[in-house]
Amino acid sequence: MKVALNINGETRTADLEPRKTLLDALREDFGLVGTRAGCEHGVCGACSVLIDGAPARACLLFAVQADGYVITTIEGVAPAPGELNVVQDAFCETHGLQCGYCTPGMILTAHALLARNPHPTRHDIVQAISGNLCRCTGYGQIVEAIERAAERLRVVNAQEAAGHANEEERG
Amino acid sequence: MSRPSGELKFVSAKRRVREDRRFVAGRGRYVADIALDNMLHVAVVPSRYPAARIVSIDASAALAMPGVAYVLTGDRLANAVDPLLNGLDTPNVKRYPLAVGQARYVGEWVAAVVADTRALAEDACEKVVVEYEPLPFVIDTEQALDPSSPPVHPEHGSNVLLDKTFVWGEVERDFAESPRQLTFRVVWGRSSTVPIETFGVAAKWDPWGEILDVWASIQMPKYPDQIARALRIPANSVRVHHDVDVGGSYGVKRGIKQTVLTAHLARTLDRPVRLIEDRLDNMRAGDAHGPERIFDVEVAFNDEGIVRSVKMRALDNVGAYAGRSPFQLGKPIGAIVGPYQIKSVQYRAQAVTSNKAAQEAVRGFGQAPTNYAIETAIDKVARAVGLDRIEVRRRNFIRKEQFPYLIPSGTQYDSGDYHTVLAKVLAHADYDGLKREQAELRARGLLAGIGIAACLEPSGGNSSFEPLLNEKNTTTTWMDSCRIHVDALGFVTVTIHTTSSGQGHETLAATVVGEVLEVDPDHIRVVRPDSLASLPSNSPVGSRMAIMLGGACFHAAHKLKDKLVRIGAKQLGRPENEVAYARGAVTAGGATLSWTDLITIAHRNFHLLPEGMEPGLETMHVEQVPTGSKLPENGRVQMYPCHSFEFHLILIAVDPLTGKPEIPRYVIGHDCGTVINPHIVRGMTLGGIAHGIGAALLEEFVYDGEGQMLTQSFMDYLLPSAHEVPKVEIVHHCTPSPFTVLGQKGSGESGYLGSPAAISGAINDAVAPLGISFSKLPIRIAEISDAIAGAAVSRAEEQR
Ligand code: FES
Ligand code: FES
Repeated sequence: MKVALNINGETRTADLEPRKTLLDALREDFGLVGTRAGCEHGVCGACSVLIDGAPARACLLFAVQADGYVITTIEGVAPAPGELNVVQDAFCETHGLQCGYCTPGMILTAHALLARNPHPTRHDIVQAISGNLCRCTGYGQIVEAIERAAERLRVVNAQEAAGHANEEERG
Repeated sequence: MSRPSGELKFVSAKRRVREDRRFVAGRGRYVADIALDNMLHVAVVPSRYPAARIVSIDASAALAMPGVAYVLTGDRLANAVDPLLNGLDTPNVKRYPLAVGQARYVGEWVAAVVADTRALAEDACEKVVVEYEPLPFVIDTEQALDPSSPPVHPEHGSNVLLDKTFVWGEVERDFAESPRQLTFRVVWGRSSTVPIETFGVAAKWDPWGEILDVWASIQMPKYPDQIARALRIPANSVRVHHDVDVGGSYGVKRGIKQTVLTAHLARTLDRPVRLIEDRLDNMRAGDAHGPERIFDVEVAFNDEGIVRSVKMRALDNVGAYAGRSPFQLGKPIGAIVGPYQIKSVQYRAQAVTSNKAAQEAVRGFGQAPTNYAIETAIDKVARAVGLDRIEVRRRNFIRKEQFPYLIPSGTQYDSGDYHTVLAKVLAHADYDGLKREQAELRARGLLAGIGIAACLEPSGGNSSFEPLLNEKNTTTTWMDSCRIHVDALGFVTVTIHTTSSGQGHETLAATVVGEVLEVDPDHIRVVRPDSLASLPSNSPVGSRMAIMLGGACFHAAHKLKDKLVRIGAKQLGRPENEVAYARGAVTAGGATLSWTDLITIAHRNFHLLPEGMEPGLETMHVEQVPTGSKLPENGRVQMYPCHSFEFHLILIAVDPLTGKPEIPRYVIGHDCGTVINPHIVRGMTLGGIAHGIGAALLEEFVYDGEGQMLTQSFMDYLLPSAHEVPKVEIVHHCTPSPFTVLGQKGSGESGYLGSPAAISGAINDAVAPLGISFSKLPIRIAEISDAIAGAAVSRAEEQR
């Protein structure tokens, strides 16, 4: 079955078996191996991607179902090759990972949280990542990373807003 | 080559972990990302019975399916490969990657199907018809010990793999002379480390070059040797690629059966083959379960709560095959008295086979269950003599001035200051305040308990338990290595010779080499040659890499520094002892040679080199385990060289209606000597505690009476999520080890070694007013609520 999927801002086409999961299609047909398989039954969150900005489990979706949505994988997060975005950088700063296997899913989940809630409490963060299992870290440094990323994003957004306002005044 | 005397610049600094960059970008390279040209995929046919003779296997329907390349049965495999390594001297307990003749547990791999895709291979597995003749089986540990139980390996004659009693010191006399004694049983349920990445392996055989390439999610000492032996090929025909990121292991990623199976298929089919376990394969038959242990403990003590002697019997259900798992009864011998001055110990280690999945090494290699038994003993002694549990620990702790301290079983503890760590934790946590909080929770109708655990993390893993439990084994080294290369432009490259599973070894190596050479670690590249280009390593087991890889890097860097000093001495015409090294340059008598000068001489000016020095700039060091040089004598041996200490103090609140425990406060005091990277050590401790919470409250591989496994997905084998893991406060202390280059000790098992004991203690404290207690882990919510309800019923009956 032919599909055309919108992945990380590009249209990607493939001829897929209808039973193929989005997870397998991303990894095998589109070469996006940053999305990981942990349980393949919807519990661990290692396969998390963003579908229209919300976290979803790529192991529970058929690739053909994802047609028509905007899909973001971990490969679509960094602003440029070798350059980290705010959330990725915060994970590095607090060492919010060890083996890195759950990390793409965690980072995408954190993104989705911060996009809809710029002032998350610790409880909000725990709630948001509670569907992503990490066996390495015990979550402490992940929560800290997301707290730090939220702080940074607030600063960045405030600066941008101020810059924007200035431009408007000048214009 | 003494320790750096001045300020440490990079060691102990809160520097970033270099590995993290590739992981946050999704650029880790795991085995499932290795796609080889023309690669085939494997799926396995599981046994439906806990014990059954395999009468026949008909693969014709599977083979007739398009895309199916091959079906392999155990009989055919057994003709081509040797049995997998067996740690004990039990030659009749043979283990092959597939069941041979008989299946011994539910899920055991009976046949392997190879096809163009994993999905096709799975489809074809359904078409493989296996005819079984069910046999009697045994699941329960104590039944397995009973001589009348059906033996899992009839050729071995019984289910007993190991039954060894050690007596260290005057146990009987100490018992006879102690005014008080108590006995109890505690049980550690079968759980494991369950990494989020399952095990996987890809293999390719080159018949022209006669070389086997292996990529695997592996953490296994002597892995290439084991592959070569099983496949009956020269060890230098096995090339394991170490540049594969391992998605978590914590001990269990030992996939030797998976590797031998996959490599055999690649060789047979002359095509690359990959086997990636799915979650079901992994949970049921990845042979990666952890210890399942019954402890019967007797304690001899006095009215002051001083423990004089302990008799411990540990009976472990290792499952259907042995491997290295029975050794998990041996390693805890190196810390069998915990942090306490216990004078004598009797220890009986028993391992039995049963019709359950095979065990593998789990974080701490048996130490966490043993610590749970020791700490339960101390709690019980406190209760018996009516003293505070902390006070009893204080009274029994080894004192700072007693180190190095020789314990009855032959290990010398390197260093520690348990009283100070305890005092710091009490001060940080405000122990009296914690007790008030407990009282307030109780006043609100909750059950509330305080949990305490003090324990050791033996680290720097050698393998002394092997000769201790198997006299034919004469291992006295468990080395690790480092090579440093400085290129002609002066850039430093360090090699390490194993895979990593999240421990940050590249950061470790760069930090230590940078410290010694006074070079910014960020400018040092760390690479991992394949196994044929590697120096010896024993992989990151036994909480050893800070000590062993750290030690190797330290010495290799010093050798390099010494070379530079010699080159400088010759150019400057001064004796070596007058030449000072600083930040890559050497100085003597007011003259300086820069790093670039020195590198140029080493790489280009042979005529300027000191006599006998080889050109280029390269050093290597193979590090022997500090203290590990002797074979056991009279059942005593120096086990690991270093002993980190942890002290847990926690508050648990249990809702009496639902039985759900919450952990409002978790404080841990941690002393692992000199910390190389604080972020890494902290992560290890937090992760270890979370893992311990799982083992204490949630996780168990449960089998029913028919030998079927009930918890084989993440829906019923529950890993702690962010909801279950509380905020943890870490109180640091540093008692350097005198036996290591920087004073460092291990931390890879920290947290996990004490948290189950602390949680069990807290829950038992919480429910003590109801007259109930729990003596088996995990203590699940349903069990708590049932026990509370039961206590209420019996109270009501009493009142009637
Ligand atoms: S792999 Fe999708 S939730 Fe675990
Ligand atoms: S970093 Fe290893 S599972 Fe999260």
